[in-house]
Amino acid sequence: MLDFFLLNVTNLLILILVLPLIGTFLLLFVPSSNHSALKAIALNTSCFLYVISLFLWVFFNKSIGSFQFVSKLLWIPFLNLNFSLGIDGISLFFILLTTLLIFLCILISWNSVKTNIKEFLIAFLVMEFFLIGVFSILDLLLFYIYFESVLIPMYLIVGIWGSRERKIRAAYFFFLYTLLGSVLMLLSILYIYYQVGTTDYEVLLTFIFSKTEQKFLWLSFFGSFATKVPMVPVHLWLPEAHVEAPTAGSVILAGVLLKLGTYGFLRFSFPLFPEASFYFAPIVYLLSVVGIVYTSFTAIRQTDFKRIIAYTSVAHMNLVMVGLFSFNTIGLEGAILQSLSHGFVASALFLIIGVVYERHHTRMVKYYGGLVHVMPLYTFIFLFFTMSNIGLPGTGSFVGEFLILVGSFKTNTSATFISATGMIIGGCYSLWLFNRISYGNLKTQYLKDYIDINKREFFIFLPLIFGTIAIGLYPEIFLNSMHMSVNMLVEITHIYTL
Amino acid sequence: MYLLLIFLPLIGSICAGLFGRILGPFGSSFVTVICLMVTFCLSLFAFYEVALLDCCVYIKLAPWINSEMLNVDWGFLFDSLTVVMCCVVTFVSSIVHLYSTEYMAYDPHLPRFMSYLSLFTFFMLILVTADNFIQMFVGWEGVGLCSYLLINFWFTRIQANKAAIKAMILNRIGDFGLVIGILIIFVEYKAVDYATVFALTPIFTNKVFHFLNFDFDLISLICFFLFIGAVGKSAQLGLHTWLPDAMEGPTPVSALIHAATMVTAGVFLIARTSPLFEYTSSILSLVTIVGACTAFFAATVGLLQNDLKRVIAYSTCSQLGYMVFACGLSNYSVGVFHLVNHAFFKALLFLGAGSIIHAVADEQDMRKMGGLKKLVPFTYSMMVIGSLALIGFPFLTGFYSKDVILEVAYGKYTLEGHFSYILGTLGAFLTAFYSTRLIYLTFLSKPNGYKSVICAAYDSSYQISASLFFLVIPSVLIGFYAKDMIIGFGSDFWGNAIFTSIENMNRIDSEFITHFYKILPVALSILGVTSSFLLYLFGSKILVKLKLSTIGKKIYNFFNKKWFFDKVYNEYVSQFFFTISYTVTYKTIDRGIIEIFGPMGLSSAITKKALYISKLQTGYLYHYTFLILTGLTLILGVRQFWVFLGDFIDFKIFVLFLILSFFLLNEKPSKNQ
Repeated sequence: MLDFFLLNVTNLLILILVLPLIGTFLLLFVPSSNHSALKAIALNTSCFLYVISLFLWVFFNKSIGSFQFVSKLLWIPFLNLNFSLGIDGISLFFILLTTLLIFLCILISWNSVKTNIKEFLIAFLVMEFFLIGVFSILDLLLFYIYFESVLIPMYLIVGIWGSRERKIRAAYFFFLYTLLGSVLMLLSILYIYYQVGTTDYEVLLTFIFSKTEQKFLWLSFFGSFATKVPMVPVHLWLPEAHVEAPTAGSVILAGVLLKLGTYGFLRFSFPLFPEASFYFAPIVYLLSVVGIVYTSFTAIRQTDFKRIIAYTSVAHMNLVMVGLFSFNTIGLEGAILQSLSHGFVASALFLIIGVVYERHHTRMVKYYGGLVHVMPLYTFIFLFFTMSNIGLPGTGSFVGEFLILVGSFKTNTSATFISATGMIIGGCYSLWLFNRISYGNLKTQYLKDYIDINKREFFIFLPLIFGTIAIGLYPEIFLNSMHMSVNMLVEITHIYTL
Repeated sequence: MYLLLIFLPLIGSICAGLFGRILGPFGSSFVTVICLMVTFCLSLFAFYEVALLDCCVYIKLAPWINSEMLNVDWGFLFDSLTVVMCCVVTFVSSIVHLYSTEYMAYDPHLPRFMSYLSLFTFFMLILVTADNFIQMFVGWEGVGLCSYLLINFWFTRIQANKAAIKAMILNRIGDFGLVIGILIIFVEYKAVDYATVFALTPIFTNKVFHFLNFDFDLISLICFFLFIGAVGKSAQLGLHTWLPDAMEGPTPVSALIHAATMVTAGVFLIARTSPLFEYTSSILSLVTIVGACTAFFAATVGLLQNDLKRVIAYSTCSQLGYMVFACGLSNYSVGVFHLVNHAFFKALLFLGAGSIIHAVADEQDMRKMGGLKKLVPFTYSMMVIGSLALIGFPFLTGFYSKDVILEVAYGKYTLEGHFSYILGTLGAFLTAFYSTRLIYLTFLSKPNGYKSVICAAYDSSYQISASLFFLVIPSVLIGFYAKDMIIGFGSDFWGNAIFTSIENMNRIDSEFITHFYKILPVALSILGVTSSFLLYLFGSKILVKLKLSTIGKKIYNFFNKKWFFDKVYNEYVSQFFFTISYTVTYKTIDRGIIEIFGPMGLSSAITKKALYISKLQTGYLYHYTFLILTGLTLILGVRQFWVFLGDFIDFKIFVLFLILSFFLLNEKPSKNQ
């Protein structure tokens, strides 16, 4: 059995999908009082998983645009519903990001989570299973199932391990918004199933829906994905959930969960409903542009550390949306790269908040100040990620942002112009926040007992710093793998609309 | 060698920054100074090879971004413009490094300071050596970051914090323009490297670009946005307010970044993109006008400032205006020549000011100095030379570039040419006036400081004196020696680095302008010096009276408060945005509309409706029967009369009805239910 898995590269993906479940299974048998064993199992599983998932990248064939590591398992054969897995250049990096961030999340919560640690770890591993599933499954119905299942562990993480009483409300917000958004999607999937007779993604790619169908289906998908991004009128859950979630929860929320929306657009809305995507592009532009400016402005006057970063996330993800709807290779590649880099940067910023929150148990900007006196290393890392957040050249965000702006500038100059103003406003709140936290005099009247980041925290930051710089200085390594897939996506989108 | 020239400062910076604890203050300063000295020698060699031997060097290091049509490489281009900038940057930078070892010697963060300085030099070199717009943008933003860090070096001071944020944000407005410019360039040219873009520009004249739903001339639009970038970086009128505030940083920083190198990046950008600017006369006029206004405005403000460094800062701002309008008049080489000269004497002035500030126990207010001539004679002589060079005293460095700028301005024989000549000449007078005022108040007047401070004043030690001395030499000589090479007739020094179209070339015209207009600037400068000196020496009582009169007060306030630019920006513009971002976006929309129509409204409406509906469940049979009967009757009745009613009913009403039902009938449920 082991030989079968290890020798056959095609089965790597199945192995990756199953591994978190094995980890969960192992965790179930360890008594919940044995904390060190629990943590060790979870950490080793996730670390192993990350290393294995890197092999996906190693064995990934850059010259093929179609799906690789494809494997099909029977599920409900008489209904033509099968369990098919596969990745392409678009989903590859999301899987890598997921495995990396889950691994880091378990490290982050090493000491900060004190209650129900077994359940916490299980929730994370199960979430990892669902997330990898979302990014690798090639079946619309199963995608929906996985897509929605991610909610359950996240809901529990916010609701149980959150920080304040308000966490219930936050969890409720989170669940309500994301679930309401996707109700219609299920109906559309059923409709598609009855139209096509299968929900297999590769078959669906060959099917052309009529214009009216496309519009309705696109809208129902949009509801679901836009909530996840989140776009403007339905973004309210994000600051709420972020603020209340534990650090690890925020990291995974900003790092991976937000990307589900953009991934959904890339994977389903564009190739399945190309005409509708074109048709609705202006409204998406409008919402995204409003989202960028509006959330950036809102972030300026926030007093909660986490809330500011949460609003920043909204702004950046809206920029990704602008890139996505440019419908050209540059914009799409920029959007994917920016998603990836946002996965690093936003996660790191939430981690940065987590570091001080773990020490002082407050997120109010007011109580912090002059941390550079006592936490120089911390401040350096904070500076690095602040600069990445505002898109300083040399960091990943710049490459992503620039590609997005170039891509969308070809399509729509006005939208690009306005979304580029986010650069300025982004500078305002990021610098203000960084300045308030790090510089000035130490506020010893509020907080005592400062301590710089320890070795564990430093090594959590290290891969994120490395990743950000890698994307910034030499994005070729990432772009190379996604060229073919993105080109194919663009081509599919264009063929049907011409 | 060429790569080493760029990366040595980075190596120095990393050594001092990351291993500063191991190296210690001496070790880290030693490493960075040595790295910079070597870099300077290398750039001298590069200057010899590239500028004097006419061998352009082009190095393609690695691909950077590669996506569809967008191909950006890490490439380095060394042509005359680049090596001139390299020499200036590395020279001033190594001097400032040397200076800092003494100036900051007692600062516990010396390694960090040296590291920032070296990092800045690295980014500046990236900026000048880039072979494409995006890589230039790397340097552009990088120097902005270093400027932020260095202004904020003494991070406990709230003023430094404010100034640093201000500098970064105002610069980002410029960067925003630059990015848009680069975007337009890429979308139209499908390339971002200089060579392709400049080669294609003649073909793209008169091309229309559709932007923000308007049609613009392509090259004008590009140049407009590039110029916004230059305005931000070079502190031109409108976005200049960060530069004087940036004086909160340590003095060596002011000398290096805010006088000699970073602020000139805007001028460098214009000179570098001269093949674009040459094809758009309208933007050139704009550049001229903005530059001339800046030159005059900053000079008037510098007239009545009392902070030693701020006077020099406004002087920098004013001189940048000269450079910019020289570029606007298509005399890029003259602009760059002034840039080079200005770098030397302005760095000298700043470093001298730093020496003074050290001497008088970190006092920056000129009114509390005075009488330092005998106490710090060396610094005094250096400052006098620097000031004279700045004023454009004949045969010192400033004379050769500033006068030529004004000559070409007059020789343009256009409206904006004359405009800039008049403002520039007035600016020259004012420059002379405030420079003399600075010298007088600081050195010549009676001592006004505390006795303990004045008694303890001392001239600086070896490093600072050596740095000043090294800067004095080019401040005196470089104008004379480099004049023929850089701006001389028929000099092929610039090669292809700077392009001036034949219609715009007016050096010969400017040579033949009336003698009166040629001599006027110098005469006015000397008049400025004399009048200022005489006024402060003999007429100080008149000056006080003037200042205290009603109109005098107003004028004094107007200039002293910098034409109220800061006031308007702080109290109206930013306050407006802050108000919006709290009351409108956060309170009204986020916490208001979306919340009410979103989850909160929904949950409360559903609870209320549920209570209301639950009242119907009374448990009495006759209630149910009644409901069933009326309901049935209604449905049957509607079905029966549908034929008549159907025409009047729009189905969309039902949706409205459904939504409305949540908001109507909001009676409060009684407590016992």
